Amino acid sequence: MKSRRQFLIDAGRGIGIAAAGGLVWAGFLSGKKAYPTVLRPPGAVEEDRFLAACTKCGLCVTACPYQALVLAAPGDGRPVGTPYFVMRERPCRMCRDIPCTANCPTGALDAGLVSDGEAGKAVLNVNKTRIGLAVIDRETCIAYWGIQCDACYRVCPVIDKAITVDPVRNDRTGKHAILGPVVHSEHCTGCGICERACVTKKASIFVLPRRIAMGESSDRYIRGWEAGDEKRIHDAPEDTTTVTPRSEKSPADYLNREDL
Amino acid sequence: MPGIVENRYRILRRLVQAGALSLFFAGNAWGWKVLQGSLSSSLLFGIVPLADPFALLQVFATGTMVAAKALLGGGIVLLFFAAIAGRAFCGWICPVNIVTDLADTVSTAVGEGNRSLRLSRNARYWVLGLSLVLSAWLGIAAFEWISPIGALHRGVVFGMGMGWTSVAAVFLFDVFVVRNGFCGHLCPLGAFYSLAGGWSWMRVVHSKEQCTSCMRCIESCPEPQVLPMVGKRDGPVTSGECTNCGRCIEVCPDDAMRFGLRTQGTKEKDPKEVTS
Amino acid sequence: MSLSRREFIKTTAAVAAATAVGMSVPEDILAIAAKAEVGWRWDKSVCRFCGTGCGIMVATKDDRIVAVKGDPAAPVNMGLNCIKGYFNAKIIYGADRLTEPLMRMNDKGEFDKKGKFKPVTWKKAFDEMAKQFKKHYAALGPKGVAVFGSGQYTIMEGYAAAKLMKAGFRSNNLDPNARLCMASAVAAFMETFGIDEPAGNYDDMHHTDTVVLWGANMAEMHPVLWSKITNRKLADTKRVKVVNLTTFTNRCSNLADSEIIIKPNTDLAIQNYILREIVNRPGAIDWEFVNQNCVFATGYVDIGYGLRPKIDHPKYKKEELDTASKEAFKVITKDEAIAMGALGIKEGDKMEMKNAAKAGVHWAISFEDFKKGLEPYTLDFVAQLSKGNADEPLDEFKKKLQALADLYAEKDRKVVSFWTMGFNQHVRGTWVNEQIYAIHLLLGKQAQPGNGAFSLTGQPSACGTAREVGTFAHRLPADMVVMNPKHRQITEKIWKVPEGTINPVMGSHFMKIMRDLEDGTIKWVWVQVNNPWQNATNANHWIAAAREMDNFIVVSDAYPSISAKVADLILPAAMIFEKWGAYGNAERRTQHWRQQVTPIGKSMSDTWQTTEFAKRFTLAEVWKEWKIDDKTTLPDVTAKAREMGYTEKDTLFDVLFANKEAKTFAWPDPVGKGSLNSEAAGDKRNVEGFKGYGFFLQKYLWEEYRKFGLGHGHDLADFDTYHKVRGLRWPVVDGKETLWRFNAEYDPYAKAANHGKFAFYGDAGKEIPKGNLMGPVGEEKVKLPNQAKIFLRHYIDPPEIPSAEYPLWLCTGRVLEHWHTGTMTMRVPELYRAVPEAQCFMSQKDAEENKFKDGELVWIESRRGKVKARVETRGRNLPPKGLIFVPFFDEHVLINKVTLDATCPISKEPDYKKCAVKVYKA
Repeated sequence: MKSRRQFLIDAGRGIGIAAAGGLVWAGFLSGKKAYPTVLRPPGAVEEDRFLAACTKCGLCVTACPYQALVLAAPGDGRPVGTPYFVMRERPCRMCRDIPCTANCPTGALDAGLVSDGEAGKAVLNVNKTRIGLAVIDRETCIAYWGIQCDACYRVCPVIDKAITVDPVRNDRTGKHAILGPVVHSEHCTGCGICERACVTKKASIFVLPRRIAMGESSDRYIRGWEAGDEKRIHDAPEDTTTVTPRSEKSPADYLNREDL
Repeated sequence: MPGIVENRYRILRRLVQAGALSLFFAGNAWGWKVLQGSLSSSLLFGIVPLADPFALLQVFATGTMVAAKALLGGGIVLLFFAAIAGRAFCGWICPVNIVTDLADTVSTAVGEGNRSLRLSRNARYWVLGLSLVLSAWLGIAAFEWISPIGALHRGVVFGMGMGWTSVAAVFLFDVFVVRNGFCGHLCPLGAFYSLAGGWSWMRVVHSKEQCTSCMRCIESCPEPQVLPMVGKRDGPVTSGECTNCGRCIEVCPDDAMRFGLRTQGTKEKDPKEVTS
Repeated sequence: MSLSRREFIKTTAAVAAATAVGMSVPEDILAIAAKAEVGWRWDKSVCRFCGTGCGIMVATKDDRIVAVKGDPAAPVNMGLNCIKGYFNAKIIYGADRLTEPLMRMNDKGEFDKKGKFKPVTWKKAFDEMAKQFKKHYAALGPKGVAVFGSGQYTIMEGYAAAKLMKAGFRSNNLDPNARLCMASAVAAFMETFGIDEPAGNYDDMHHTDTVVLWGANMAEMHPVLWSKITNRKLADTKRVKVVNLTTFTNRCSNLADSEIIIKPNTDLAIQNYILREIVNRPGAIDWEFVNQNCVFATGYVDIGYGLRPKIDHPKYKKEELDTASKEAFKVITKDEAIAMGALGIKEGDKMEMKNAAKAGVHWAISFEDFKKGLEPYTLDFVAQLSKGNADEPLDEFKKKLQALADLYAEKDRKVVSFWTMGFNQHVRGTWVNEQIYAIHLLLGKQAQPGNGAFSLTGQPSACGTAREVGTFAHRLPADMVVMNPKHRQITEKIWKVPEGTINPVMGSHFMKIMRDLEDGTIKWVWVQVNNPWQNATNANHWIAAAREMDNFIVVSDAYPSISAKVADLILPAAMIFEKWGAYGNAERRTQHWRQQVTPIGKSMSDTWQTTEFAKRFTLAEVWKEWKIDDKTTLPDVTAKAREMGYTEKDTLFDVLFANKEAKTFAWPDPVGKGSLNSEAAGDKRNVEGFKGYGFFLQKYLWEEYRKFGLGHGHDLADFDTYHKVRGLRWPVVDGKETLWRFNAEYDPYAKAANHGKFAFYGDAGKEIPKGNLMGPVGEEKVKLPNQAKIFLRHYIDPPEIPSAEYPLWLCTGRVLEHWHTGTMTMRVPELYRAVPEAQCFMSQKDAEENKFKDGELVWIESRRGKVKARVETRGRNLPPKGLIFVPFFDEHVLINKVTLDATCPISKEPDYKKCAVKVYKA
């Protein structure tokens, strides 16, 4: 029998070693966790929740009929064991039955996010896929130089909705127009087929995760010219109070400080 | 062929391990429907979901609820090992076992003398606890992110990348630092199954009558602390830490060990033995 | 809402269809939008910020503003907003809203000037406020009290304040922050046209071929109007020209065809160069227009700089004395000698500022004299004088000036000149305003679509309230003045107060109120919708006066500001959407809104504060005899008051605000169906038992105020009409607004004048002496009905120019993200984050020479004070070497401690755009 004293010493040592090991482990994990530009399969829940729910089983990758999805191996730079796309190589082909999502056992890929209708009667709709958002670098996009390209536009599975061409006069020649592709986030699925098709050396249209590619406008302003824009802010917090460093002090604290 | 007899379970285990791996590989590469996915979650015959209950436990710790499919799969697996097979996952399915067994063979050749580090076998329970604490803290399944088991298995099925490094690390650790270091001391999945499999039916059962106390079983056992009864009395292995690998059975020249049920062969119980 | 939704949609669609070519807001969209949000109530309102006057729609839910949108039906902005307007929904919910009156008190709960602010009831606040008022009023008379008013007053608030001060307290010491912003424009309108406010409207931006910016950074200060100008430029890039005259590169320069960087104060010389070009080019002058509509005029040059007349005033610091002395005399420089060559003035002469008190006096001159006076302003002289960027070759600069003159003079080219603070905040602010009219009048390019000189305003109701209501020290409603007996009579009649009530002596203007406080001749001040201790130049003097002298300062505000900090009593004020109101924008458009939500905490509207304070005074206390000065004694009018049916115990509230006429405006009123009205009916808060006055106070104030303008060229529509339309541009005659004033084709008054195509029918200053360049000659007066004046004004150096010790010009102003002193915008998290502090914009050369790094803290020091700010050599503003620009929104960079309180001697508007400073590492 260990003495009580020895037991406490052992327990303390155990806790100490565990804490030391745990901190190293935690530091390693938190460093590896973030790969901000990773592109997840259709139906992926928001990235933080995805990382929690994904058990790295690879069933989605197995299900992909085009071998477009890749399961991250150590060294890929992505969170190990999680699925991702490399659009320039193999974009998502937008299967109508979305097998990757359908195959996910844990709900990290949520079929509800890519379905129409109420739960129970839901019908898959691949156009609701939001892998990311295509972004255009107008400086290298040759369509914006006036070259008649629009390769991205023509391969877009949601053509004329997700990508449209915006004609503007080519003032340089005075006789031609520039047909510049424009991406519309309302419809873009982030499938990456445009990125794959882009003819510039390095793609001038490329998919970024929406949380990176998109801003978010104020939840206290409505676009008067946009029908139904009110819906966007329906979940805005009830509390309308605002705080800035200028207003964080109470009036009495501010006013009674003699610092003129 | 004495070699085959002495290694009959080892060969069988290799076949099962390799078979499972191959089926997973085929499931991904050629679309075979027998076994798809990987050890953390998979689909048997395209219908029956299977999932790693310890992985799910970590996911729960992050505060995430998983979908029904994974829950069912985890339940099936847990039930199978807890009720029937005990800690058999480690010896029969886990691909790292192949590596660590090899390491054991090599290390026996290298000899014990060079090892300086002493590690308690209870360390794995600390790692298990840490896995859950860190999962809750960081919001990701902590062990799954560093697991050499996942790395090796996914590496074979989906592509290895730099995944071989952690497997090599385990091998070297076992050879040069602690014998049976990973599986017997650190692996929280092993620890999980030790706890979950403590009440399973299937057990190695010892017969004192036939025993000559040659101790080959204990020498060859990766978890020798589970065999306190050898040469002393009849009865099954009661500790969940036994991996049901059958090594003790195949090396026993006296047929004093065999597979049986936990209710067989017990004459007297000494609870202290379990917690040696 | 009085409008059914159907009616509302109809109005909306009609206006949109009429005005918004290419932009449609289909009815069904509005209908869908209205249906979409359950529990929301949309109503129209106006943006709280600048003088552009964008229409917005405000959504309320559970008595909170939850969203705004640009009003698609508003002709000004057609559903758009700028970055500040975008955050209208957030301005009233800052965490530190003032929710209860706060008074400086000692431990016994008594008022103590040296005490700390502690919460008090409204009753106690008004008790102390009235007690202090009565003490100082008794000792000093009506001259000893003052109100700082505002161009952000709603029209009704300003009207109530003017009525209480002028008819109640018989004091003309009411002056708004518009004095700091629009006074020069006003003075020039009055002197040139005899009536205030622009002839044109925002449609000029669509009609014109040429936009000339004279000290107006519209890209940041009037962004929605700037997008109109940009659109015009894009529509015809070859024909449409944009010229940006400025003292530093700003965001207007990237659209401009020509950027002309000038030295501060030299705009006047450039104007004279252009005038000289026009005069000397055969056929350039539109003689038909000039002969029919214009008279040439000039005034004195030795008028000082609006500083204290006493140049050795004991409160001046030693360092200030040199600049202060310029108010009495200055030694003529070479440039000044050339500029005023026609007046026989020589270099080295000592010019005594003999005519400082007669700055506004002017007389008619001949065209020959006019031409002679302009002769020195040759291209060579003006170019070397005015070139602002030392690195620019003189030849190129000359070419730009010539090209500018060419654009103005080109026949058939429409030109609009815009300006804001670059002209107005100027020691010769009235003059530069007048000279721009001179250019347009000579060319016959005024008061027509796409042609005209257009003064923009900075505040939402600088026009509507400060100017039209007349919350100035010299003004009464509808351009009338207190000095004119006839005007007083008209006003007394409408206000139903005894003849002789109104004080005929002009009150103290904004800067004079500050100086009077420092002199101890004003001891009670009430600040309304204003932040004078941050926005007045040379602030150190006034801060000390407020804190260290025996006086009582009341500040009404929604948030604690610098002014609140120096105050003795703080009253929490309701904000825009928490009250009924109306603003008038820069194109004469009057826009009304309803109260949308209950005010926060115990805050109450400024109107209510004014009317409640009025309750504390009986007629006997205020309408007795008062000695104003050696020449003027106000008569006791209580006897006349009794004849009018008042008793001596009646309060000013009874007589001025809750009289018989007021009570005919009943509440509830159909126009306010479904709306709150805290003044009329109280509200759910039941603030100290206040249940409402029981009548529609705001409507009464509006309808009474309206009487002033009807038939006098300032006609406004009735209260209810404004709640059906998106604003109307006055004069509103027979229900129709007026697009171009003085133009008989558009303006019924001009048509009625029967004076040909144009009639400048304003009646102020329409009889002036005759004279020559040196002064008036003889007694003969020239009458000029329906005519405007073309002034000759001369260049003179400002009172302070960079020297070896203070080598840099300091120019102050604004940034797009923040508005004025930042009281509201610094509390919007997004705007705060965008621009958290005021920076010191500086040329890279100056920074390199001084070894300043970007972001490094430096002291900016003048003879008056110093502040710390961070150096910025990149970004939106790129000053030339020798000039720095610092915005004034940031109270931690209280740049007005540094600026000089020189003003235009005519308009009394301070010059924020130039003084001399040194900059060194902090």
